[in-house]
Amino acid sequence: MNKFQAFMGWLDHRLPVTVTFEKHMSKYYAPKNFNFWYFFGVFSMLMLANQILTGVWLTMSYTPSAEAAFASVEYIMRDVELGWLIRYMHSTGASFFFLVVYMHMFRGLMYGSYQKPRELIWIFGMFIYLMLMAEAFMGYVLPWGQMSYWGAQVIISLFGAIPVIGGDLVQWIRGDFLISGITLNRFFALHVIALPLVIVALVVLHILALHEVGSNNPDGVDIKKYKDEEGRPLDGVPFHPYYTVHDMVGIVVFLFVFSFVLFFMPEGGGYFLEKPNFEEANGLKTPEHIAPVWYFGAFYTILRAWTIDLPFLSSQLGGVILMGAAIAILFVLPWLDRSPVRSWRYKGWISRINLVVFALFFILLTWLGTQPASGLYQILGQVGTVIYFAWFITLPFISAKEATKPVPERV
Amino acid sequence: MSNDGVNHGRRRFLIATTSVGGGIGAVGVAVPFVKSWNPSEKAKAAGAPAKADISKIEPGAMIVVEWRGKPVYVVRRTDETVSLLEGLAESLKDPANEDKGQQPAYADNVQRSRKSEIAVIEGVCTHLGCAPKFFPEVKAQPFDEEWKGGFFCPCHGSRFDLAGRVFKGSPAAKNLAVPPHSYLDENTLIIGVDEENS
Repeated sequence: MNKFQAFMGWLDHRLPVTVTFEKHMSKYYAPKNFNFWYFFGVFSMLMLANQILTGVWLTMSYTPSAEAAFASVEYIMRDVELGWLIRYMHSTGASFFFLVVYMHMFRGLMYGSYQKPRELIWIFGMFIYLMLMAEAFMGYVLPWGQMSYWGAQVIISLFGAIPVIGGDLVQWIRGDFLISGITLNRFFALHVIALPLVIVALVVLHILALHEVGSNNPDGVDIKKYKDEEGRPLDGVPFHPYYTVHDMVGIVVFLFVFSFVLFFMPEGGGYFLEKPNFEEANGLKTPEHIAPVWYFGAFYTILRAWTIDLPFLSSQLGGVILMGAAIAILFVLPWLDRSPVRSWRYKGWISRINLVVFALFFILLTWLGTQPASGLYQILGQVGTVIYFAWFITLPFISAKEATKPVPERV
Repeated sequence: MSNDGVNHGRRRFLIATTSVGGGIGAVGVAVPFVKSWNPSEKAKAAGAPAKADISKIEPGAMIVVEWRGKPVYVVRRTDETVSLLEGLAESLKDPANEDKGQQPAYADNVQRSRKSEIAVIEGVCTHLGCAPKFFPEVKAQPFDEEWKGGFFCPCHGSRFDLAGRVFKGSPAAKNLAVPPHSYLDENTLIIGVDEENS
């Protein structure tokens, strides 16, 4: 043991190993009343690690060119030993990544985790979400199936709605007069190098900001208010070993669920990997029905919701603006909620019902995005879009006016 | 030199000029990275004209020709559908081809073509780029009870007539593009070249 201590002493003089471990693990005091919802942050980290690890392995057998991409994915699926498993871990992993990120975000909404002093954590989180959407979109193009091609066609064309520069911008993004191998190659570079670096950096910032102010909890109580004589929060426990061990149990249960889907329904019934994507990209033939992967569904429905042409606002530009606004408005959420309490446990009934309605409509919008937009579905999508925005717009008034329950002093 | 001797004015000036110089350098360095995303010479060269034999297209039928990787629809319209084009103006967004960028000058007419019966139209929906489907028959369709023949985009439901003009109520705002085209002889269409007999 003496030798180990001597080694650590030598190391600590040269690198802040012990200090950093204590700051972020063994002396980071997390509230002792974390519940089920607090697993999803660590699950997100787990899925990020899964995507990076399986992604690196996939690049070893994947060929990023219009001629060979589709065949190389089939090669991974059929000829590479256990290649199918690594590929499914990556493609099914993407859907699970979004699933746990959505749960993680909903946790933040329920317990007011974005409120002062945690606004920056929320904003870093939103940037992660935004980058994750770009990452997932570009990743979906790589297998070069029909849905890869036409999905990219539709999404890149969105930029064409921007007045004046739209047309040139679309051409600049594609690097060609149409979606081609050139587009595929640059998406490959962004998907495997550029965006992962950005996402990892943002995750580091997200956690550094969190550890600076400390974690919120289901009661929204500030645990730093009451400390013992040594300055440790009375309602906190050291993250390590308490929450590291606790999270491991959660991870095991989560991996059971993940493995079940991975082995028995890796395509998620056509929602994780869409059927047209098992046919090679063909620029002359659009599939019958183009739908995004489920995790983009809500924003896709909002994009399609605007159908009226105004003199200076075509239906196309209107839809693009609506979709952009739907994402942008999430960033300002910390300043829209003016409630004196954080957790919905101490907010009024209206806030609670509104959040549940908002979440249910977000799920409905997500599902509608995978369906053709006609008749009843179109109207439902428009109603859902109104409710989505209404939740944000009414939030400042409801949260400021509403009577709240007293928040306990301690957990 | 002691701290008292610091010339703060000069120090601020040097910091400012160094920062501005570095900023200009950074912008300059960004140029090649931004420029390299433009279509390469190879991609530009790939946009060669495409030829098509139109003699075998039956009235009411369509062939698809690939030009610059895009589908170009070549339709031989029936006399009935050509005569119907005139009467559609009321229900179209841009019946008079106000958007000059969507067709060459020689196709700036009701049929939007050089020959009234032959339509040459890019099969790229002006909404979000899907390939619209061909519904040539004049009969009620699930998406339009008074359908006079045309194109229907399966992605987001944009509707176009047989001259590629967009109907009101479609998410697309512009008419389908007419590519530059001309005829080498009676039966040979060339897409990508404006001049006749060149």
